Amino acid sequence: MTCLPEAVPGQKKLGLVIDLDTCVGCHACAVNCKEWNASGHSGPLTDYQNTSDGVWFNRVHTFEAGQGETSRTVNFPRSCLHCEEPACVTVCPTGASYKRAEDGIVLVNAETCIGCKLCSWACPYGAREFDEDDGVMKKCTLCVDKIYNDNLPEADRVPACVATCPSHARHFGDLGDPNSDVSILVAERGGYELMPELGYKPVNRYLPPRPRKNGPPPPSAASSSSCGSDETISLLDLAMKKPDGKGSAFLRWADRVLSR
Amino acid sequence: MHPALSVIIFTTATGAGYGLLIWSGLLSAFSATPAERVVALVTLGTALLLVTLGLLSSTLHLGRPERAWRALSQWRTSWLSREGLAAIATYVPATLLGLAWIVSPDPGLAAVLLGVMTACCAVVTIYCTAMIYASLKTVHQWRNQYVVPNYFALGLYCGALLFAALLHLLGHGQPLVDGVAAAAGLVALGGKLAYWRFIATTSHVSTPESATGLGGIGKVRLFEAPHTEENYLMREMGFTIARKHADKLRKLVVLALFGAPILLMLISLLLGGVAAAVVALIAVLSAGAGILVERWLFFAEAKHTVMLYYGARAA
Ligand code: SF4
Ligand code: SF4
Repeated sequence: MTCLPEAVPGQKKLGLVIDLDTCVGCHACAVNCKEWNASGHSGPLTDYQNTSDGVWFNRVHTFEAGQGETSRTVNFPRSCLHCEEPACVTVCPTGASYKRAEDGIVLVNAETCIGCKLCSWACPYGAREFDEDDGVMKKCTLCVDKIYNDNLPEADRVPACVATCPSHARHFGDLGDPNSDVSILVAERGGYELMPELGYKPVNRYLPPRPRKNGPPPPSAASSSSCGSDETISLLDLAMKKPDGKGSAFLRWADRVLSR
Repeated sequence: MHPALSVIIFTTATGAGYGLLIWSGLLSAFSATPAERVVALVTLGTALLLVTLGLLSSTLHLGRPERAWRALSQWRTSWLSREGLAAIATYVPATLLGLAWIVSPDPGLAAVLLGVMTACCAVVTIYCTAMIYASLKTVHQWRNQYVVPNYFALGLYCGALLFAALLHLLGHGQPLVDGVAAAAGLVALGGKLAYWRFIATTSHVSTPESATGLGGIGKVRLFEAPHTEENYLMREMGFTIARKHADKLRKLVVLALFGAPILLMLISLLLGGVAAAVVALIAVLSAGAGILVERWLFFAEAKHTVMLYYGARAA
């Protein structure tokens, strides 16, 4: 049923807290996620082949924020945030997408999904990927088949991404309980929501990079010799910069083809 | 957003079909005489044919078309589900209206009631279709006050063109209908121009800064993408079209969808007879090509917030 469960005070909200300060961008979480989920609740997951896209529930981007010496390079894992107001669920015409009342996990029922893709259009965060081989939508399950698995030792009952992270940048817990470890961590470190302006009320939180130990250099130090640029550079710009250089003809050709 | 052919055909064919159904229903309800029995039946039949083709095309977009019936269950929250139900519900009065005309040359009150019901159902269905797009907070070019009026204006306009052409073909050409079609075209053109102006001058509230929460440090740029190959997200949500190409296609829309058909309607209004039928038919063909380009652009120019994570500066 795509109606959302009624919000009750003290509601359990399982989710992740991702530490952008310690994430080293190794992609281990993404790989272990793929590993676990290829055979779990949503398995098999298609992989890169001629006709199908590889389906991954977790993607690690790297961003650069700011200019010059004050700038930071930040590794940024992105996965389903198990929103409290998930339009991905309410737009679903079949009821295949649903939010669990007991813990807030957002899931897709692969037996009833018609593969209309509307949920992936409704998710601002790109957390849903279509499985072309199965013809249905897939997404992060918060390892629902692992975190409640009695066959596993208690310590292993955490999502695969959390279990594998070598720099301890991923934390799992109940964000509905203000006294849980994750909630305390969020409070201490100023954890935040992504795109709060859209009102999806994501449960997952991101911890910002800590300020530099020796303090940020004065803004004037951010000189023009800095790395990074505000300009977006097109292939043609590169070709223009070295008009006769090797490869400029190729760049011009590529720009022409790409801008067709 | 990726302009999938099945979805383009779905929205344009059903738009024109429900538009024609509205005009046909109103004709049956308020003006048809026994002499126009054939007109009522042909317009109704054409409309239902278009609608059916459009709906079938929409199922081609599905990963699991054999499960399409499941889409009717979640009308409480889903506009797609509501659209499906409204589309099916419309068949009931429309089919009964057809039957009424078949069994009686002058259905009287039945034609009034069923005609009005058919038109109302068609209005509701167009609204639901438009709301599938207009309700998505993720796409600035869809969630705005222009999208629903545009769907109505274009549906009614395309329906009116078809209606006028069918009247001419059946030898019942009416200057009033030609005039209404031309006027509807002008209104729809105004709506489309206003929409284009809106999307050119505004953008989504979300930014790379709000998407990552790193705006406090400074401007945010993608340094490295998570994968080297295109994935589903980039193909489905990352479709972009260069400004200069979009401009060319918009000009084509203005010409083929609006300029030529409006002019041709005015000509057929003056001509009458077989010549008018030919001219009206050309108007329909031109508008048919134009509306496909218009709908292609509606998707191609739509930007999704997820691309903020893939290097887009704005959405
Ligand atoms: S992140 Fe996307 S898929 Fe996950 S609950 Fe939120 S809207 Fe739905
Ligand atoms: S793709 Fe599946 S889960 Fe997503 S909205 Fe369509 S039916 Fe629902």
